Amino acid sequence: MTDAVWSDQHTNPEAIASALRELLHDRHGNDGLVPERVLNMLAFVDREFSGEIVNRLSGVGRYHASRLILLAYEPRQQYLDAHVTVASDEARAPGEPALLHETVVIELGSAHMDDLLTIADPLVVTDLPTLLWSPHDHPEAVQALVPLTQEILVDSAADPVWRDALDHACLLSEQLYVVDLAWLRSTPWRERVAAAFQFPPRRDELETITSVTIRHHPDSTVSAMLLIGWLASRLGWKPSPLVAHAGRSPELSGKASSRRQDVVISLEAVPEQEVPGLAGLTLQTAAGRSLTLNRGPGGLAAHETTPRGGTHDWTILGASRGEGGILGEGIRQSLLRDPTYTPAVRAAQAMVP
Amino acid sequence: MTAPESARVAPDNPLVAGLERLPVQPTTLVIFGATGDLARRKLLPALYNLAHEGAMPERFHLIGVSRGDMEHEEFRKDCEHAIREFSRREPKDDVLTGLLSQVRYVAGTFEDQDVYASIQEVLEEFDAEAGQRLARAYYLSTAPMFFPVIVEALGKQGLALQDDVPVRVVIEKPFGTSLAEATELNRRVLAVFDEAQVFRIDHYLGKETVQNMLAFRFANGMFEPLWNRNFIDNVQITAAEDIGIGSRAGYYDQSGALRDLIQNHMLQLLCHVAMEPPVAFNAEEVRNEKVKVLRSIMHPSEAETAEMSARGQYTAGHVGAEDVPGYLQEDGVPATSTTETYAALRLEVDNWRWAGVPFYLRAGKRLARKITEIAVTLKPVPHLAFSQQGSLGVRPNQLVMTVQPNEGVSLQLGAKIPGTRMSIRPVNMEFNYGSSFLSQSPEAYERLIMDVMLGDPTLFTRNDEVEAQWGVCDPILSSWAASSGPLPTYESGSQGPLEAERLLLPGHRWRAI
Repeated sequence: MTDAVWSDQHTNPEAIASALRELLHDRHGNDGLVPERVLNMLAFVDREFSGEIVNRLSGVGRYHASRLILLAYEPRQQYLDAHVTVASDEARAPGEPALLHETVVIELGSAHMDDLLTIADPLVVTDLPTLLWSPHDHPEAVQALVPLTQEILVDSAADPVWRDALDHACLLSEQLYVVDLAWLRSTPWRERVAAAFQFPPRRDELETITSVTIRHHPDSTVSAMLLIGWLASRLGWKPSPLVAHAGRSPELSGKASSRRQDVVISLEAVPEQEVPGLAGLTLQTAAGRSLTLNRGPGGLAAHETTPRGGTHDWTILGASRGEGGILGEGIRQSLLRDPTYTPAVRAAQAMVP
Repeated sequence: MTAPESARVAPDNPLVAGLERLPVQPTTLVIFGATGDLARRKLLPALYNLAHEGAMPERFHLIGVSRGDMEHEEFRKDCEHAIREFSRREPKDDVLTGLLSQVRYVAGTFEDQDVYASIQEVLEEFDAEAGQRLARAYYLSTAPMFFPVIVEALGKQGLALQDDVPVRVVIEKPFGTSLAEATELNRRVLAVFDEAQVFRIDHYLGKETVQNMLAFRFANGMFEPLWNRNFIDNVQITAAEDIGIGSRAGYYDQSGALRDLIQNHMLQLLCHVAMEPPVAFNAEEVRNEKVKVLRSIMHPSEAETAEMSARGQYTAGHVGAEDVPGYLQEDGVPATSTTETYAALRLEVDNWRWAGVPFYLRAGKRLARKITEIAVTLKPVPHLAFSQQGSLGVRPNQLVMTVQPNEGVSLQLGAKIPGTRMSIRPVNMEFNYGSSFLSQSPEAYERLIMDVMLGDPTLFTRNDEVEAQWGVCDPILSSWAASSGPLPTYESGSQGPLEAERLLLPGHRWRAI
């Protein structure tokens, strides 16, 4: 099947919306072509990187937004130029409908910044949730588009200054539901730590954790902060600012107060790790149990030392989702609600030195 | 006896909040019939996909049990081939290797008690390696004749009970071939396991669209007020297949359409349509309501059976532009077989909500196309002010829930045809699952295996439920067995036997397949 396209220069939102309606009408006229109606995605990007963004979004597989409105910003752009594509999946099986998804790319400039809301508003499908993504850091555009959106996609790990990333996430979470890709990358770690303490006899040991060491890629401090923030917020630890040790290991250390005892916290950068993200985690309990999880082939390599000194090693299976998979998961998560992120990011912020 | 499920899983682990996947207790799964078709096509790929997604318990081991004599490594190769051939996604080598490294094989016949001693050895080896007792789940993916044999042998070996951690048994269909058999099987199973440990599988219940029927009915205020005898005229539930029996002649010829599809899957669909809202979405409440529906279905007398049931057997014909053989010409089918490949029933759910509303059920092979759907037809409007001349006319509203292949819900409405006259024609308002959710449904077996490991039996059939299902089907099967007349036939690729028409009450007609 071929994609239906429309493009125009020096255009306006009404003409773009009209073109979209016509393209959809034409395609719907053919049997079995059904427009997806799940999610609007509003992306504000630098025009010079818009191709890269489109490529990233095309790599997310089935978790794509049903209507993508890409606002490609180039300060000197005087007029609105637009390109609309209504694409269909290949029919999955004889008789099954093919789905239509829509992409609207609008090139705009500084002259349009005050009118972003009125440019985007006619193009979002009414009554669908709208996810906002601004990967190239345009806070003014984000604030202009907030009234149209319910969710925002961020990647705290992409912020060059991790402290700023936490501040930014805290601020946004007061306005919108935040989906943080750095948080989603930590999901397998959070699942495994939760599972490790779910079943007797370990369940009772959750309150006896005495130390947590998180190992991470040197550029992924924020991921480690989010993970320790999650533990602190979920376990009711009172966080206090960590101490930074520039150029030494651990990079950050300190304590949090739990009901029973202090918890020693260490965040260690692991220069040997080639890929960004978390590298490992070690938890110790008052009874002498120690659980270590390390990134490994085919999943997480687990090592446990029991209170009696016995040791066990095993692999917790799981495939890496890759960056495309994480972005797709971020889009999917915008339809859900995780009540634990905001408390975690606030606890992390409270631990910033 | 094992401790109650609620005592095993602490409900207040604060780390669980916000996670989509609940932690699963470290488990060893024992598959009996591990080299069989179901294991190869469904169970092993489902296990791989759970591992791929990181959904497995932190420790997971698999023991395959089958008659064939082979080494662990040979069985692992067998598992690998099955996963590579049938997995819904391309396996990743490191995950697959990790999964296979935890696989062992025990050879022997299911009657041989030594086999269970060997299983126990491997289970204890895994426990020792883990430094903890692992939960155990026994999956009976064998011929039904072995279900009681295996269960009793497990009991005899002391494998049905375990201190501190759960032990569960999963029993595939068919659960008996009659009420008497099902009751006897329940008796033998429940002499060894507690009901809370028993997971009778009906993979239809693992399908997202079947579960969505409950969401559709009970999460939308607009349908429930209409969902009764005052507004609904009839309900039709169809499970049509365009394929024949393939290589399953041995099983199918003993089973037939009624036992194969209607006794389990289609009665489950009927229950989902007809049940009262449960007070909570948990295993006991949901299954209580389904059992009430099954017990409300009127059991026909022998004389009534002829009026409310029809059957048929396919003959040669054309399906998908190909010539296909008749049932009696299929490999492995006896030339004198009277097994039905099509069955249709008219049932009445005799309770306050549904009295007088016919529920039509039909299932068959080699029909015009593959479709599983539930069509709820509302009563016509009491008065029509519009002229019907020059139009298709007004038809009763119809709500169609399609389970497969185009998962979704369609509502047929009357609408004015553009023009100067007030002419009406039916139009469809469609809800398509694929266009409304980002996520692809997992395979039913993935969901169900996960529920077994989590100890959640909501999507499994309870002992009284399976007996109530057989209670509906038994009189019909007895009547058919006693019938001496010729078995009606239908041409492959058709809508089914003409005999099915006589089930319909005046004014009703089968939806086109």
